[in-house]
Amino acid sequence: MSGGAAAAVAPAQRPAVAVPALKDALLTALVAFGLFVPIVGLRTDVGANGGLVLRQRWGDVAVLVGLAFAGRLLMLAWRAVRGDAKPATAARTALLRKAGTFVAPVLLALAVLLPFIPGTGRYELDLGILVLTYVMLGWGLNIVVGLAGLLDLGYVAFYAVGAYAYALLATIFGLSFWICLPLAGILAAFWGVLLGFPVLRLRGDYLAIVTLAFGEIIRVVLLNWVSLTGGPNGVTGIPRPTFFGLPFSMSGEPGTFAGFFGIEPSPVHRVIFLYYLILALALLTNWVSIRLRRQPLGRAWEALREDEIACRALGINITTTKLTAFALGAMFAGIAGSFFATRQGFISPESFTFIESAIILAIVVLGGMGSQIGIAIAALVMIGGFEVFRDLDEYRMLVFGGAMVLIMVARPRGLVGSRTPTVALGTRRAIGAEHVAEGRG
Amino acid sequence: MAYALQQLINGISLGMIYGLIAVGYTMVYGIIGMINFAHGDIFMIGAFVALISLVMLVSGGIMEGPAAILIVLLVSMCVTALYGWTVERIAYRPLRGSFRLAPLISAIGMSIVLQNYVQVAQGARVKPLEPVLPGGIEVLRADAFVVQFSYMQMLIIAVTLAVLAIFTWLVTRTPLGRAMRACEQDRRMASLLGIDTDRTISLTFVIGASLAAVAGAMYLLRYGVIDFYIGFLAGVKAFTAAVLGGIGSLPGAVLGGLLIGLIETFWSAYFSVQYKDVAAFSILAITLIFMPSGLLGRAEVEKV
Repeated sequence: MSGGAAAAVAPAQRPAVAVPALKDALLTALVAFGLFVPIVGLRTDVGANGGLVLRQRWGDVAVLVGLAFAGRLLMLAWRAVRGDAKPATAARTALLRKAGTFVAPVLLALAVLLPFIPGTGRYELDLGILVLTYVMLGWGLNIVVGLAGLLDLGYVAFYAVGAYAYALLATIFGLSFWICLPLAGILAAFWGVLLGFPVLRLRGDYLAIVTLAFGEIIRVVLLNWVSLTGGPNGVTGIPRPTFFGLPFSMSGEPGTFAGFFGIEPSPVHRVIFLYYLILALALLTNWVSIRLRRQPLGRAWEALREDEIACRALGINITTTKLTAFALGAMFAGIAGSFFATRQGFISPESFTFIESAIILAIVVLGGMGSQIGIAIAALVMIGGFEVFRDLDEYRMLVFGGAMVLIMVARPRGLVGSRTPTVALGTRRAIGAEHVAEGRG
Repeated sequence: MAYALQQLINGISLGMIYGLIAVGYTMVYGIIGMINFAHGDIFMIGAFVALISLVMLVSGGIMEGPAAILIVLLVSMCVTALYGWTVERIAYRPLRGSFRLAPLISAIGMSIVLQNYVQVAQGARVKPLEPVLPGGIEVLRADAFVVQFSYMQMLIIAVTLAVLAIFTWLVTRTPLGRAMRACEQDRRMASLLGIDTDRTISLTFVIGASLAAVAGAMYLLRYGVIDFYIGFLAGVKAFTAAVLGGIGSLPGAVLGGLLIGLIETFWSAYFSVQYKDVAAFSILAITLIFMPSGLLGRAEVEKV
């Protein structure tokens, strides 16, 4: 199969490496054989009498082992042809930056015009809403992880707080979406401070694990506090958003959106409205973080990320700096959460599992922590790619996880690894990825 | 009283399983300073390999009883160790010495891959297994309540102690153990002194994975029901155990595992089953906030 073709390519280019490469690939195949024989080759199924029976699938094992062999060989051949990877030069970084200044406006224009581009249907708009939700969450988490350098693995908890805040306020007290939106943000920010306070002293991985624990605690409480949250059944009948009081209904009466503006009623109106709503919310997040970066608070965050001890020595109040980062990040998650609730009309704890936190963090890290445009592109690639592979069904998450590993191995610093100082004396020079400090938290 | 005794027995056997997984976390954290997020899923793989080999042996009618369990353990340890090695080779080794968040993300990705790989290959339905070693001895009879110490629980405790004894010997008395401890103290210095650090780290993953495989096999035999998702919760709890015992400390991991097992069992028995995970997570948070170095860990000295 294709392994033979690769073997023919390798000796043609570098005869000296052909034999070791072949040996290496054979070893890989052997390891793959060991890995796949039990798990793939022997499938356990519940039999007719309730016991487990084995089904043998040696064909699949053979294909997988062949793929491992061919893949390893191709990889070695590629490495031999390409040589060692060159580190990014300052010139390349500058070029990328220049390209980046074009990418952002183009993407923005595309995002604004998307509903009017011919061929955009309901599906594309829904996908756009989904991607923009993750862009907003990514930008929100970026304040905590990318700017303040606090590694947060429980971010989805604040998303859940916002979603449940809107769902419960709207269904129990009948408050409108536009009152609930800021309320949900404030509530989530409050939770951000509440959960941020005990972990002020923790750093790095420890902080990550504690925030993960907090996220799971909130989810388990939502799952078990049946009298308030409905438990696993969730909250249903969440009011849909209105256009500043005008509902989107198909009746076309004067009190509805279509009737008021005298246009033909259509279900797409609501989707377009939701699309622009999340676009505006995401851009608000972006604007706030860009503006804050230039202010003393944002500069304190970035200083904190670079060196906490130096920060303390310079008299920066670590407590308020960290708590504001947690609170603001949580606030945007809460706002995104209440948007999520109104879009879905139904929420349950299932939507707020750890995997969501992991996806959002992955978007931030893959985007290159701290880079606004990088995060937007990463969200587009990850969530859009996830949707593109919809046909893969059960293999979708497998591909998703594999992509996460591959991108990380190929570009540990994320898509946009370089940074420009927010404030600088004299000229601003881009800092190459290898010199960018990491969030130690 | 009798009820409490029963819970004590259950808690210890559960705690042994957590302890075995926790050792893997603590070893890896000690050597390369990262949370091996995929370790819980390695445990899950161990349970699945044990299930498959057990079904093959028993339904094939080749053997049953204790001999079968021994073979199952060995097979599961070997295959799972291979998985541990592969995970390290693919997802962590290329990122060594890189940006500190990168291995964490790649570990989360690997965890997603392993879970979904098993889901695709073995199906999403839970796998029930008939008890391999039923029965037990009656320890105490108080009124209508019988305290049972099942053979399975005895086996878990015996196997865990045996495995931990071998493991302790490996770490304290062999050249490999010395190399591992050297890498833990100072990886750069160790490599300057001629220790193959890459190989040592690989072997650390192999050992950690085979301990997790033992835990997986024990979990399967004790509870009889597994699915592809058991790794996440067990992983977080075992990590809690490692933190509680003091991360980096091997006896601490086992002690932490026992404590978490006991706390979880007693919490479910006397308070509420629904919130038992909250109990474990709260302990994690409380330990890290008030006692970050754990019970037996060394306090981290911060140098400027």
